[in-house]
Amino acid sequence: MFEYAPAPESRSVVDIKPSYGLFIDGEFVDPTDGGTFKSVNPASEEVLAEVAEGGAGDVDRAVRAARAAYEKVWGPMPGRDRAKYLFRIARIIQERSRELAVLESLDNGKPIKESRDVDVPLVAAHFFYYAGWADKLPYAGFGPDPKPLGVAAQVIPWNFPLLMLAWKIAPALAAGNTVVLKPAETTPLTALLFAEICQQADLPAGVVNIVTGAGDTGRALVEHPGVDKVAFTGSTEVGKAIARAVAGTRKKVTLELGGKAANIVFDDAPVDQAVEGIVNGIFFNQGHVCCAGSRLLIQESVADRVLESLKRRMAQLRVGDPLDKNTDIGAINSAAQLARIKELSDAGSAEGAERWSPPCELPDRGFWFAPTIFTGVTQAHRIAREEIFGPVLSVLTFRTPAEAVEKANNTPYGLSAGIWTDKGSRILWMADRLRAGVVWANTFNKFDPTSPFGGYKESGYGREGGRHGLEGYLNV
Amino acid sequence: MTATATSARSDLSELGRSETALRTFLHGLPGVDQVGAEQRAAQLGTRSIKTTAKAQAIDLAIRMVDLTTLEGADTPGKVRALAAKALRPDPADPSCPHVGAVCVYPSMVPHVAEVLRGSGVHLASVATAFPSGQAPLEVKLADTRAAVEAGADEIDMVINRGAFLAGRYKEVYDEIVATKEACGDAHLKVILETGELATYDNVRRASWLAMLAGGDFVKTSTGKVPVAATPPVTLVMLEAVRDFRAATGRQVGVKPAGGIRTSKDAIKYLVMVNETVGPDWLDPDWFRFGASTLLNDLLMQRTKLKTGVYSGPDYFTLD
Repeated sequence: MFEYAPAPESRSVVDIKPSYGLFIDGEFVDPTDGGTFKSVNPASEEVLAEVAEGGAGDVDRAVRAARAAYEKVWGPMPGRDRAKYLFRIARIIQERSRELAVLESLDNGKPIKESRDVDVPLVAAHFFYYAGWADKLPYAGFGPDPKPLGVAAQVIPWNFPLLMLAWKIAPALAAGNTVVLKPAETTPLTALLFAEICQQADLPAGVVNIVTGAGDTGRALVEHPGVDKVAFTGSTEVGKAIARAVAGTRKKVTLELGGKAANIVFDDAPVDQAVEGIVNGIFFNQGHVCCAGSRLLIQESVADRVLESLKRRMAQLRVGDPLDKNTDIGAINSAAQLARIKELSDAGSAEGAERWSPPCELPDRGFWFAPTIFTGVTQAHRIAREEIFGPVLSVLTFRTPAEAVEKANNTPYGLSAGIWTDKGSRILWMADRLRAGVVWANTFNKFDPTSPFGGYKESGYGREGGRHGLEGYLNV
Repeated sequence: MTATATSARSDLSELGRSETALRTFLHGLPGVDQVGAEQRAAQLGTRSIKTTAKAQAIDLAIRMVDLTTLEGADTPGKVRALAAKALRPDPADPSCPHVGAVCVYPSMVPHVAEVLRGSGVHLASVATAFPSGQAPLEVKLADTRAAVEAGADEIDMVINRGAFLAGRYKEVYDEIVATKEACGDAHLKVILETGELATYDNVRRASWLAMLAGGDFVKTSTGKVPVAATPPVTLVMLEAVRDFRAATGRQVGVKPAGGIRTSKDAIKYLVMVNETVGPDWLDPDWFRFGASTLLNDLLMQRTKLKTGVYSGPDYFTLD
């Protein structure tokens, strides 16, 4: 046997403070009327830091700071000068990438190989990409002189804390807006390190404000009359509440919500690569991915063969310490999320689907869930309809391409889909018919700052990334 | 073994009887997506193998080396020196294992055989008009027999790439079958020369063809064309031997050759073996490295792990 010795990334590269204030108007301040909450390492349940909980008064202070910065500094600043700041931020992110990756893994539970090789490089790439747009907005296709909106209220989820921050902040700033961002309550630490990076980059005070807190803080921010734009990534339930709250106001909204994506494998698919794509589709980031390929649709004639390969491959997945460089699957982000995954998985078993996990030892402390697949799932099962947001795959079968499209589209969501086939014409035929914002062909979970990302139906509206991502931050 | 598996197994042995059956079978294998295969190989390359795992991997890699010299300038003196090194790669450390085999041209086999006799180090010889394979079949078979008679217990043959690329699979198949027969008890490694096959689909088909025809090993390259072993090519071949064993029950070995020069690279291959086909292949009987300069890097890294310091190249023998 070839046992890999532990290969832990050193956590000494990052200096976590015992407590953090709110980042308002260029400096860290104590909350005026809020309390504090603790951010824990989900892999060990160890408390990492105490973080300020922003109240309505703090939100108001942050929005005023953002407004002042917008009117006096950032709005009037020529695009080429805004670009300089964004390029500078991007470079600092690259320079401090190890620190950011370790902190992200500590706070979120994701394996270091993902924060190191996926999250942080994409974060830097987003800032570089939108920095390039800052002085070229007249050529983005939104008229000769598109104007920013003003102050953007941005609320982001815990699954890709720093990457979602980049998706929100980079286009907003490039277009000339200022922002107040609320990170998720379980993963605020990289956003606070990003605040330090803004200071290091000499970004003018008030352009980026970070107000930590939970749902109430987010609500106060979204409902604040001083914001011009609301951008949210998170659950469909909260997204609907936000849509209701801003209805009838002048606020422009983009929502990036849940998904229940179909990953469709045809009988002529390259099997070994399709299996990699299935694994990447559902087990990447512990399945905490809104566009995860959580429904596997396999053509019946190859179902047994694909499942056999999939199970063999799943037995190779290494679950454990997120900071170990050889870990494939880290910790579930929170006790609440773990409970939700367990509840839906139990419902899957109770409704008659067959459950399978590879033999794997889970650590005693922290929040863990073994990679799991359910076979014999039908469209009527809850696990085929509801977003689990965990490492749980529901496997269904189909007989014809038309049936695959029908099943794939038979969901209230429409964020992403995957197609696996050697036949190019079928890829195009399917992509035309799938009601999903992103369709991947012979790959899955590929992200690039130049490519727009967003959903159909209850997966939200608006696009992030690419030229399209500017539209949500411009007065067009 | 179930009844269906038995019948599937006998079916495969019939394939070589007809060109049509071979073609239908080989073209019916699942395709390989180039981007996906390269991505998977790259991913496996990011495993971090440290401390005890690294020491274990280095010793295993040393035992898997087919220490090779295939030059026009080879002389009896040169290959004897190489064979001596194969027996005791690190003269300063008796705990260092010997390599898997020495690989030379047929004319050099007798000289190596004298040195290796009774040592447990195998003696491999290239044959069948290596490296091009462009000679009449009778010449190739005579080449093979001569090498075996001179003492080689492993034969590294080259497939007829011209016939393969032209779609004359049965011709390739028949040549491998004939060479296997000429080998007698010697193990047959079938060199696909993947750099000339160009696509991963071809690599998979050629691997299956070699296995169906009775090859004991599939080997990537001669080392004589610009593109030799690469991680994705080796990955595709490992998947093929894995699937072949599942279909037939027979285990076939894999030998990447050419271009593997550092311990780091060798360890990446071992990780790939471990996570693609599993521990059954983590043995010199089932996985080899065709290499020459790799050995000294393995020895340097081995010494570094033991002593904590790097020694210069002069502390290791040239050949």
